[in-house]
Amino acid sequence: MTGHRTQNTDKKSPGSGFRALSSISRPVIIALWLALLFLPFKGIKAASILFAVLSTFIFLLRFLLDYIKPLKEKLHDARAHLTKRLRITSFQTEGASLIIRYLLLLFIISVPFFARDYFIDIAILAGIYIILAQGLNVVVGFAGLLNLGFVAFYAIGAYAYALLNTKLGLGFWTSLPLSVGLVTLSGFILAVPALRLRGDYLAIVTLGFGEIVRLVLNNWDSVTKGPNGIGGIEPPYLFGISLNGLSHYYYFILVFVALSVFIVRRVYVSRIGRAWVAIREDEIASSSIGINTTAYKLYAFAFGAFWAGVAGVLFAAKMRFVSPESFTFMESVLILCMVILGGLGSIPGVILGAIILVMLPEMLREIQLYRMLALGSGLVLLMIFRPQGLFRSSPLTRAVLRGGKGVSFRS
Amino acid sequence: MYLLEVRDLTKHFGGIRAIEEVRFRVREGSIMSIIGPNGAGKTTLFNCLTGLTRPTKGGIYFLETEITGFQPNNIVEIGIARTFQNIRLFKEMSVLENVMVSQHCRTRSGLFPSILRNKTFKREEQTIREKAMEYIEFVGLEDFAETLASNLPYGSQKRLEIARAIATEPRLILLDEPTAGMNPQETSEMMELIKRLQELGKTIILIEHDMRVVMGISENIVVLDHGVKIAEGTPVDIRKNPLVIEAYLGKEH
Repeated sequence: MTGHRTQNTDKKSPGSGFRALSSISRPVIIALWLALLFLPFKGIKAASILFAVLSTFIFLLRFLLDYIKPLKEKLHDARAHLTKRLRITSFQTEGASLIIRYLLLLFIISVPFFARDYFIDIAILAGIYIILAQGLNVVVGFAGLLNLGFVAFYAIGAYAYALLNTKLGLGFWTSLPLSVGLVTLSGFILAVPALRLRGDYLAIVTLGFGEIVRLVLNNWDSVTKGPNGIGGIEPPYLFGISLNGLSHYYYFILVFVALSVFIVRRVYVSRIGRAWVAIREDEIASSSIGINTTAYKLYAFAFGAFWAGVAGVLFAAKMRFVSPESFTFMESVLILCMVILGGLGSIPGVILGAIILVMLPEMLREIQLYRMLALGSGLVLLMIFRPQGLFRSSPLTRAVLRGGKGVSFRS
Repeated sequence: MYLLEVRDLTKHFGGIRAIEEVRFRVREGSIMSIIGPNGAGKTTLFNCLTGLTRPTKGGIYFLETEITGFQPNNIVEIGIARTFQNIRLFKEMSVLENVMVSQHCRTRSGLFPSILRNKTFKREEQTIREKAMEYIEFVGLEDFAETLASNLPYGSQKRLEIARAIATEPRLILLDEPTAGMNPQETSEMMELIKRLQELGKTIILIEHDMRVVMGISENIVVLDHGVKIAEGTPVDIRKNPLVIEAYLGKEH
């Protein structure tokens, strides 16, 4: 079943039980739960302070949201009305958002000029995770297949480049297609037996696959050097120049990120993407309108694995060292969190999810011990208040329909 | 010429005999109804015809070619489409998207054309969208093209299922209880729609409980009871058939 999708519709939302509680008791319960979570670490005093602060904060937030909501709706109605009256498809906000987009682009491009090395380093990592999350989004967000072992493809990509480079002496540009090809093939190999299963069973098989790959890497000493990992991997080179500097690598990753977003988006808004979404929505109905569901689930797996392979090669080339430690189950969970946080099936959402989940732990470094706890509770709060993620997946045809009649229904 | 022929079709689920040696033929361009009390095996029969379940025994022939045991997508490709009793739309997709995706097996664009957006791809997308709009207009949902399927009222969802079925360009359409849960007004609109489908040259098999619909539009009726065909004939014949009356009302004591 498509359990995680049905959460989007308001009627079936798990929060509806919550909503039945009065608007006062709900923040209290949430704050109490969080305070209890912190109790063993900081004692009763800190926990009660946390409880007081949080419940007030959530209460105020709800109050504010309730106040803003009618205003927002009014604005939206007025805009829709005007758009109809003036017979224009887009309102001036389009111009404003265009300016914001250019400013954002300018910011992204100029990062290496003003940022500290530390920040660029994190940005590069974020870039790698964006590519990974794009790949997982194809599998989980578009096709609705829960994959808990996605990190395996990432690992295979990284190790493939590491081995091709250090053992066979192949350069980056020769290894890239070879490694990515290998990862895509392994995506197919996993998918063939796994796709006979559905839902939870599929998730367990993929989880097992992820662990198998990690254990093989950890124990196949003669090839992978086990837990010691493989070092001395060459960085990529371009036009004969080795990309050593952080800012060089930043731009290098940026190109790959742009490419992944561009390609994934185009495939999403096409016959293939529509078939994936149909399978996610209802597998039996999709086969009854002529979609070869097995083939398209396979496609989704392999296409997702492809991007994990790209990310893996880039990771190995950046770190110049790989070890099984980087490819644990937690990593799979982290990537899945990025996809869910951003919004299943939403490309901008997934980008934002990846950035947040890479940046946030770094920013929370001051509170060391508690950052994972804070992150976890943040995710829980998000799931309560916004189960569809930060962004909602955009309708497939919006891009196709632009210039058509009427305003989009989902905005 | 017979479009579809079912020969001694049998389906057992463990010890349960869902369908037992059912046979019938469907003439091209006709409307046939399958009726019978609840649990008579009507939907199982549809599932066998569309490849969702594999029959235990017997054969299904489409244009004199055996299609028994084909995959559902292959069945659609050769020209058989269906709707479902309990509506199965793609809820998070718009009406337009629902119909666009149904042309999947009639289009070819692969991965690289989708990425490169070449001329062939653009032309195909354009055709898909235009055709989808035509089908949506055919069932009268043109004002809701951008509405999410889950936001449509019940009757419209049933009509969208039909639009989705005809978008696969079938010769034979299987309708599973198209008027279930509809008011008299909606029911007669649905009958109208089914007749218009016939005028398009489509052959139709429908499962139906509403006798007004069955007697009103079908040329031929097959009656199932406990998986066995107990009667076949024109509406007039069926109405008088003592076996049918017994199956529906019980035996006289």
